[in-house]
Amino acid sequence: MVKITFEGERYTCTDSESVLDCLTRHGHDIPSSCHSGVCQTCMMRAVNGNPPAEAQTDLKATLAAQNYFLACSCKPKSDLEVVLAGSEVVQRVTARIVDKQTLNQEIVKISLRCQQPFTYQPGQFLNVFRRDGLSRSYSIASIPQENETIDLHVRKLEGGQMSTWLHDELAIDDELDVSGATGDCFYVPGDPSQNLLLVGTGSGLAPLWGILRDALARGHHGTIHLFHGSHSVVGLYLIDELRTLTQHHENFHYTPCVSSDDVPEGFTPGRADQVALKQYPKLDGWRIYLCGHPEMVAVLKRRAFLSGASLQDIYADPFVISSQK
Amino acid sequence: MTTSLFERLGGEAAVNAAVDIFYRKVLSDDRINTFFEGVDMEKQAAKQKAFLTFAFGGPNNYTGKDMRDGHAHLVKQGLSDEHFDAVVENLAATLKELNVSDELVTEVAQIAESTRNDVLGR
Repeated sequence: MVKITFEGERYTCTDSESVLDCLTRHGHDIPSSCHSGVCQTCMMRAVNGNPPAEAQTDLKATLAAQNYFLACSCKPKSDLEVVLAGSEVVQRVTARIVDKQTLNQEIVKISLRCQQPFTYQPGQFLNVFRRDGLSRSYSIASIPQENETIDLHVRKLEGGQMSTWLHDELAIDDELDVSGATGDCFYVPGDPSQNLLLVGTGSGLAPLWGILRDALARGHHGTIHLFHGSHSVVGLYLIDELRTLTQHHENFHYTPCVSSDDVPEGFTPGRADQVALKQYPKLDGWRIYLCGHPEMVAVLKRRAFLSGASLQDIYADPFVISSQK
Repeated sequence: MTTSLFERLGGEAAVNAAVDIFYRKVLSDDRINTFFEGVDMEKQAAKQKAFLTFAFGGPNNYTGKDMRDGHAHLVKQGLSDEHFDAVVENLAATLKELNVSDELVTEVAQIAESTRNDVLGR
């Protein structure tokens, strides 16, 4: 008989039972609604063992890759240890600053090395904790295949407590705590010939820089087109590195966009989201990654869907800007 | 033995084929799309899918109470028969686009119609 472990107890799951039935029968109140694998209310995550594929059919590929599943349609074939989605305990680890580099006027790259092994998918985010408890989320721009450090791109926000501290006070060899990596905006091979559209503004390039290099390193051969936008050229960064990548990978295209009136040669006038949609008005079958300004991300997500992209194929990582800065 | 409406429509695969088309139509329809502003698109798509499964006669646990509770805030914003009609119209257009016969479209529309009073909180 298959055993289900939940909140420290082990339960026997009968042949005809779903994980949801089993846990409910044992008195747990698992949120659920449709009981037919549709509404996704009963989403859980297997932290040990692998859920059957039927329990993941309609989930986003990046959720399935992290062993999320629907409890109502999960008839397990082997033992599972499960938690409710959203209730996972994310461990904190101590990291040392090994490098700090200026990427442009407002953005620095901070490279960290953790004392314990740190697994992540490029494009996921982590939380940075200051000693006094202040914490903020940053996307991971490095890729484990090429970088020994975990790289973050930190934009200095006016009045931003964390970003000002990271820019002005934090020094090489200082230590801080970070959470484990979370988030579902990352590359999964899926169909390696699928076209990928990447659109980011400002330091929203960070996760895309990770996702892009991860996709190339893993042999993605569909078109990959990155649109990076800022108000002016000085707000863009990694321009030379991205142009070099286009020379080495003929399936990779890069369009730096500038939305102010001062647009030098080699840059495209307009907002990144609008330039991207103008070039690709039909997005049927595309996979899309959107990162940056929350309003741009929300608008483009909707427009990409209306232009034919399936919602399952749209990955978004809007910045959350703290109201307390 | 008669096959169920859900089977005649093509089961879960039919729901999957319909949900994106239906949701796109709803979001593009100026009569009703303001009700969908600022909502989480994934959660909304899951709800649309649950609704389509129900309207297609498929397995579901939809209750009148869920429909009432789920739409109460929209009723306060002025959700009316006119908007309900627009959704049913989009549903029928979705099915036609998928080459579903008129006879089956009528059956689906009737099931959708059965939720009208709950949705509108009457």
